[in-house]
Amino acid sequence: MKNEAEIHSINIEPVFEGKGLDYDVPLLISTGRDEEISGVDIEDFSINDFDLYIGVEERDDLNIPSHSEPDIIRHFTRLSQKNYSIDTGFYPLGSCTMKHNPRINELVARLNGFRDVHPLQNESTIQGCLEVMYELQKWLSELSGLDAVSLNPAAGAHGEYAGMSVIRKAHEVKGNVRKYVIIPDSAHGTNPATAASCGYKILTVNTTKDGFCDLGEIEELISQYGEEIAAIMLTNPNTCGKFEKDIVKIADLIHSVGAYFYCDGANFNAIVGYIKPGELGIDVMHFNLHKTFSTPHGGGGPGCGPIAVSSELSEYLPVPYVKKSNDKFTFVRDSKNSIGQIKGFYGQFTLMVRALSYMLSNGINGLRMVSRDAVLSANYIMVKLKDHYNLAYSGNCMHECLFTDKLQSKHDISTLDIAKALVEFGFHPMTMYFPLTVPGAMLIEPTETENKNTLDKFIATMIYIANEISEGRGDKFKEFPLNTPKKRLDETSAARNPILSWQMIENN
Amino acid sequence: MLSAIGVKSIDDLYSDVPNNINSNFNLPDGLVEHKVFDFFKSLSDKNISASDVDFFIGGGCYRHHIPASVDHIIQRAEFLTSYTPYQPEISQGTLTCIFEYQSLICELTGMDVSNASLYDGATALVEAVLMSKRIKKKDRVFIANNINPDYLNVLESYIGKENISLDKDDLDNISAIILQTPDFYGSPAIIDEYKKICSETGALLIIVNTEILAFGLIKPPKEADIVVGDAQSLGVGMNFGGPHLGYFACKKQYLRQIPGRICGLTKDKDGKDGFVLTLNAREQHIRRAKATSNICSNQGLNMVAFTIHLALLGKSGFTKLAKLNHYRAQLLFKKLSSIKNINVINKSFFNEFVIELPCKASIFLDKMLEKNIMAGIEVSDNSVLVTVTELNNIDSIDNYVNNIKEIL
Amino acid sequence: MSEKTNIPENYRFTKDHEWVIRDDKNDNIAIIGISDHAQSSMGDIVHVELPDEGEKFEVGDEVAVVESAKSASEVYAPVTGNIIEVNDHLDSHPEAINEDPYNEGWLFKIELDDPDQLDDLLSSDGYSSFLDEE
Repeated sequence: MKNEAEIHSINIEPVFEGKGLDYDVPLLISTGRDEEISGVDIEDFSINDFDLYIGVEERDDLNIPSHSEPDIIRHFTRLSQKNYSIDTGFYPLGSCTMKHNPRINELVARLNGFRDVHPLQNESTIQGCLEVMYELQKWLSELSGLDAVSLNPAAGAHGEYAGMSVIRKAHEVKGNVRKYVIIPDSAHGTNPATAASCGYKILTVNTTKDGFCDLGEIEELISQYGEEIAAIMLTNPNTCGKFEKDIVKIADLIHSVGAYFYCDGANFNAIVGYIKPGELGIDVMHFNLHKTFSTPHGGGGPGCGPIAVSSELSEYLPVPYVKKSNDKFTFVRDSKNSIGQIKGFYGQFTLMVRALSYMLSNGINGLRMVSRDAVLSANYIMVKLKDHYNLAYSGNCMHECLFTDKLQSKHDISTLDIAKALVEFGFHPMTMYFPLTVPGAMLIEPTETENKNTLDKFIATMIYIANEISEGRGDKFKEFPLNTPKKRLDETSAARNPILSWQMIENN
Repeated sequence: MLSAIGVKSIDDLYSDVPNNINSNFNLPDGLVEHKVFDFFKSLSDKNISASDVDFFIGGGCYRHHIPASVDHIIQRAEFLTSYTPYQPEISQGTLTCIFEYQSLICELTGMDVSNASLYDGATALVEAVLMSKRIKKKDRVFIANNINPDYLNVLESYIGKENISLDKDDLDNISAIILQTPDFYGSPAIIDEYKKICSETGALLIIVNTEILAFGLIKPPKEADIVVGDAQSLGVGMNFGGPHLGYFACKKQYLRQIPGRICGLTKDKDGKDGFVLTLNAREQHIRRAKATSNICSNQGLNMVAFTIHLALLGKSGFTKLAKLNHYRAQLLFKKLSSIKNINVINKSFFNEFVIELPCKASIFLDKMLEKNIMAGIEVSDNSVLVTVTELNNIDSIDNYVNNIKEIL
Repeated sequence: MSEKTNIPENYRFTKDHEWVIRDDKNDNIAIIGISDHAQSSMGDIVHVELPDEGEKFEVGDEVAVVESAKSASEVYAPVTGNIIEVNDHLDSHPEAINEDPYNEGWLFKIELDDPDQLDDLLSSDGYSSFLDEE
């Protein structure tokens, strides 16, 4: 006979949905219905005189969970609520240019004549699309000061590949592909990865103590390797937040041995509408439309990485690109010395629409303000924080400023801990541990979107964190964040025992 | 702010920029929002979209119905304007989506692991080839000649024509055998003879697919080492060719060689389940020159859109949709095969097939366009690839048949 | 620096933080791993890419890669010769490198082309001074 205490202590699993607005969201595989329903209405059709053909047969092995439309909307809505985003708050990620994504871009990208057209339709039926591409080619050409543009690359890294392949092809046509590419030690990882994938060996140039590419080292490399150098890949402004003041000299040196100057345009936001990279001696550059030109990051993509090249290199551009003759637009699909096709179809078209919309909305007057405000905001943050955090390089910065955790590491608190403290206080952290050449790096890029109030709040929070640390109360940051949907996650065991699908969970 | 910084004007902050260069930009000033809209509306109106005609084009990009919820969800701020989930504590939404996407791709392809997506099917094939070269340490590949021509062009650009064999008798120094299913002309691939070649040469078997809906009725062979393709059919839309959604899945033993982002399950400090990007040491931001690929991003929002669409369909919806596509394609096929001067080539197909005409394909397509029918893609001088999906109702199929009879 | 990190007496070292000792049972075989300093700077090791048995390497060639969650380090051949054995235990227990870098965490064994090549490497004192200078 059970006594009252025993009856009430039966172990019942709580069946709550969550805490307030913070929901638990089980995986789709565990919320699937037992009945085979579908959240999509599909027409019924007669199957009386309909047999499946050879090689086409019902699959008995598919295990895709069944849900209704409301189930799915709830699942994904709750998931979205666990994400930080630009619309939620400030995102000072250096090198990422997390600016506002204007909604007019979304509206125009969804016009039927852009969304519901097939790339292989007769060209007479897609003149509007071709004109969008042509206009965007024109804007990018004018902003870069370079003559020819390819819109094909799907992302920045893809643009780097296209640009370096153009350079390689130019050398090949001249009879010697050459061996080396000069890359600064502070470069983004995609630069050496791209150069290697094009078959080049890398000659590394160090960054000086002032945060610039070492001109003297470049001179030495040029005199040592001369015409074995195919190109230099520089980011300008560089990943330390500095405009390479010797850039014209570097261009001259590179050109003196018949090599080409590739510019990684990830940081174009600092100089767009201010100066043309082509006028500094750059031969090839890529753009990140999802950085400088406001196309949404979408949780990691899609991106769009067009390239612009000087007239000498234009014959090597990938195909297809858009040409205008009389009043008609058409694709050039074959070109004798082109590096060929680098992607299916033409590129990330609906992102091109968004970027062009941003350019038209801003105009040259607006873009000029964009870069100037971006540089102003970054310098403001730099000046306000330099008494609290170790500034990596002296002198003013461009659109991003670079600090390190040198002062805080004396108290055994790292960049990672500072970042997690920011998360706890409602901010997305800055870029951590990049560039790799600066230990404990914190790269802060506010962009022109943020108003002074937001910047001041960020600055105040950073100063609070620094003070807590210097007064010996920083250890608590090692446990942060505390109020996010999840706390710090174990990345080590994720890499030691990868579980990459729900099927692997079942098998584990 | 300027006084806080200690300069008189923003120009002072640009002191490192060479001051002898004054760029002039020949570009207009900004437009107000409704004028921007008008500009794009007028360009969009210059196009004839698929909804304006009877539409029968496929060949690597497919027109399917996308449920209204998909676009609605992906426009939520937290999906649309969030960054790559490098801070996992505040990105569990994106990370959970990636994990579910990876699982669904494994389910459809029968493979053990999937990454978080690649740019598109063509570049996914390139990555698969580069991976097979790394694993087998051989430079060349064999491709069956019924591969999507765009995919072949892109592969040539990346690895060079000399490293691609289209001839079954030329299997020298081969790291992989590549087959598309359904192939570019619509037929399910016949795998058997290639399985033998793989075991004789030790080459990897790479399966390519451009219409992922076909996996509702076609099972990728379990002998495949890698399955890649484009999942654009679900959730993404045609978008004039991009952005689409490359997918990449393979057997477990190749895990450490996979390109691109991958998401994995782990626990947080409180022991709760959570997700993180993992196996980063393969990627460019760590390995730099020695990375498995230079790729940095995935297709993010398109990947979420696909996941939502497939989750809405569920198993029964996915299978029914595949059957409906096949059924409608069969309807048109049967009617066309009864027309005497048309030759229908395929012995089998999923939702697209080739017809041989007694006239030039380009003239035929132009004439059909005058009748408001986009009748297919020219694949040779006198043949056309015709694609039928659930969006082609019986009337449009009859319209196709009546007009082709009239023209021929 | 050297008071915190472990540097066993009879081991030899390279400036790339590899250690080498002769196999007890065969003077011609060298066992190689990474030092305590190396494993602690990398953090939790998650995976090791080991060479195939029979592969031949010259001094300075890249032989293996040790990965942590956030970084990857190449391991170079400190001596010239063929790989005769690799530590398969690390496949499922990469943490052995963190926990016991000088014993359980060994990476691979090389059959030496030149048995005296070990003498060219740093002694444990030499490595200790090298770390102090870094």
